[in-house]
Amino acid sequence: MQQLVFAVGTMVAGVLGCAAYFWGTSFLLDLIFPSKGRSGVEASRNLRITNAIRPWLFLAPALFALTIYLIYPVVMSVWFSVHDRAGENFVGASNYVWMLNDGEFRQSIFNNFLWLLVVPALATFFGLVIAALTDRIWWGNIAKTLIFMPMAISFVGAAVIWKFIYDYRAEGTEQIGLLNAIVVAFGGDPQAWITLPFWNNFFLMAILVWIQTGFAMVILSAALRGIPEETVEAAVIDGANGWQIFFKIMVPQIWGTIAVVWTTITILVLKVFDIVLAMTNGQWQSQVLANLMFDWMFRGGGDFGRGAAIAVVIMVLVIPIMVWNIRNAAKEMKGH
Amino acid sequence: MNPATRSPLTWAVHLSVLLLVALWTLPTAGLLISSLRDKDQLAVSGWWTALSTSTQNIVARAPGADTQVERDGKFVISGDVLEGTAAGEVSAFGFSSQKPTAFKPGETAELNDGEKLTVQADGSFEIVSDTKMEGSRGQRIFFTAAVPPRFTFDNYVEVLSAEGIGASFINSLTVAIPSTIIPILIAAFAAYALAWMPFPGRAILIAVVVGLLVVPLQMSLIPLLKLYNGVGAFFGVPAKTYVGIWLAHTGFGLPLAIYLLRNYMAGLPREIMESARVDGASDFDIFVKIILPLSFPALASFAIFQFLWTWNDLLVAIVFLGAGQDELVLTGRLVNLLGSRGGNWEILTASAFITIIVPLIVFFSLQRYLVRGLLAGSVKGG
Repeated sequence: MQQLVFAVGTMVAGVLGCAAYFWGTSFLLDLIFPSKGRSGVEASRNLRITNAIRPWLFLAPALFALTIYLIYPVVMSVWFSVHDRAGENFVGASNYVWMLNDGEFRQSIFNNFLWLLVVPALATFFGLVIAALTDRIWWGNIAKTLIFMPMAISFVGAAVIWKFIYDYRAEGTEQIGLLNAIVVAFGGDPQAWITLPFWNNFFLMAILVWIQTGFAMVILSAALRGIPEETVEAAVIDGANGWQIFFKIMVPQIWGTIAVVWTTITILVLKVFDIVLAMTNGQWQSQVLANLMFDWMFRGGGDFGRGAAIAVVIMVLVIPIMVWNIRNAAKEMKGH
Repeated sequence: MNPATRSPLTWAVHLSVLLLVALWTLPTAGLLISSLRDKDQLAVSGWWTALSTSTQNIVARAPGADTQVERDGKFVISGDVLEGTAAGEVSAFGFSSQKPTAFKPGETAELNDGEKLTVQADGSFEIVSDTKMEGSRGQRIFFTAAVPPRFTFDNYVEVLSAEGIGASFINSLTVAIPSTIIPILIAAFAAYALAWMPFPGRAILIAVVVGLLVVPLQMSLIPLLKLYNGVGAFFGVPAKTYVGIWLAHTGFGLPLAIYLLRNYMAGLPREIMESARVDGASDFDIFVKIILPLSFPALASFAIFQFLWTWNDLLVAIVFLGAGQDELVLTGRLVNLLGSRGGNWEILTASAFITIIVPLIVFFSLQRYLVRGLLAGSVKGG
């Protein structure tokens, strides 16, 4: 309880400090370069100066935080990746060479590509289907809320939920995991699902699909509603059936949004860590890059060189999407 | 389309949506139901049987020979096999592990040494012998009993007190609340500058923010850990503090905050600001008195995102706050329990439900803002 009081106190102090900074610098600026009540030339000169300085006063705290917490680390991670485990001696590309020869790393790359293929595709597909279906029924909004709900659940919480579903009891005893109970009810043999090499990847992916479908659904549902009525009406008049309208008229009009959903989930997949840590911790050949990186950060006292090298690989995989995002944003800004 | 062809299709839509909703809600429902079940029942039957009466095979031990009483020239030990169990009614009993269900309630079983055992359906039993019984260990009685469903908060009481979930709950709150509030103010000023104040380099800064949106957290971990250790050693303070994690969450949340708020503010009508400026208001006044109140929906959207993200985060918390018993947040505690209490589902389900209840409340009460934020963050910016 004491720490909560401390937290609230610090928070209030922080917010007041921020407010004091913004108000104080603004006040100082007007004090040094006053424009009110001065003669024409001086006033306009001072106004020009304050207008040039003020944006930077507004931006300074944010730029400072972004630099310390994101820009500096990106540069330093690259630097660490060419140094030894303590980050002291330059070792060239040897961390990367180690990586290429490491079986666990290659396993992680393979698994990550599986995740990249499956999760964005399934989440987007389910999201699109659910968005289209729920638009036609009166309780569609309730259904959407329920499907959207897993979005609020932490990856670790979701891992517990699904581990319970995959729970395995020896053959012959009563299964308390839903999946094995269903398998047994249909006459199959119970399996310890998350320990089956290769296939366990898919059982882990199901969790992320379960979480992310709601996100895809919400965005795509809004996009579907944004489609001009006339295009659909014209297709109906021309005699198109439901499938044709959906796949040939509606889907092509929301390609842009589908791409956004797809790439957003792709980024998330590259960073997936909690689920694998909680479910298998990379055992049974289910390792992924983010978990491997975390592992090396602390394994045997921590190997910062190898950890950073793995982080750089994740970053490199993200860069194409980053460039695409920036180009889209720039295009939109020009459109304004 | 006429009604005749339409109705089967409509039914198909209703049915498939129902199926999908079931698929998406059953996992969470199973967790909630399980966390409320009696832990002995949870361990032996699926949560979907929670409402039905289950049969359990139970072993009881009769009291030792020292409790026997003499009655009508015979020696009798009596008791209740159901005592201390949740079971309701005995449906069969026996006295050896080979034949635990050999006798019906009310029947009399002849034990090996001439004693006679009778167990009634209500659980009361008598062991009758012609001679004085000996031995301090009582007779084992096997019986099958119908156990009515039992729901309880015991699991919650246990995890909150004994498993440290209560302390972790406070830790999570301590991390999440400041980490949500602090970035908002910083981002709002920056977003205003990027939306409405012309200055050289503005377009580049916006591009940088968009780029930083997708920088993986993994890139930041090692350099920041080093930096924190260095700062801690230099000033002689611990490297892993709440202040450290608040600032880290602030830094990681800023790109999204700036991006969302800038998009929103850029969409506000220019006339409002221009008329205020004509009236002699400074940028500071315009921001505080006009922009900030108008941006409330966007601020709320970001606050919800950031709260969910910081509450649900595991990685930042264990790297920058540590994995010791005193500083574990809920997600970290849950991962630990998965390792140490892997088979104790009554503990895992109750703990998991406590970790997800706060985000679920936030989600259901503020869903409108969440959806709005998602749309602003994804569709517009693309």
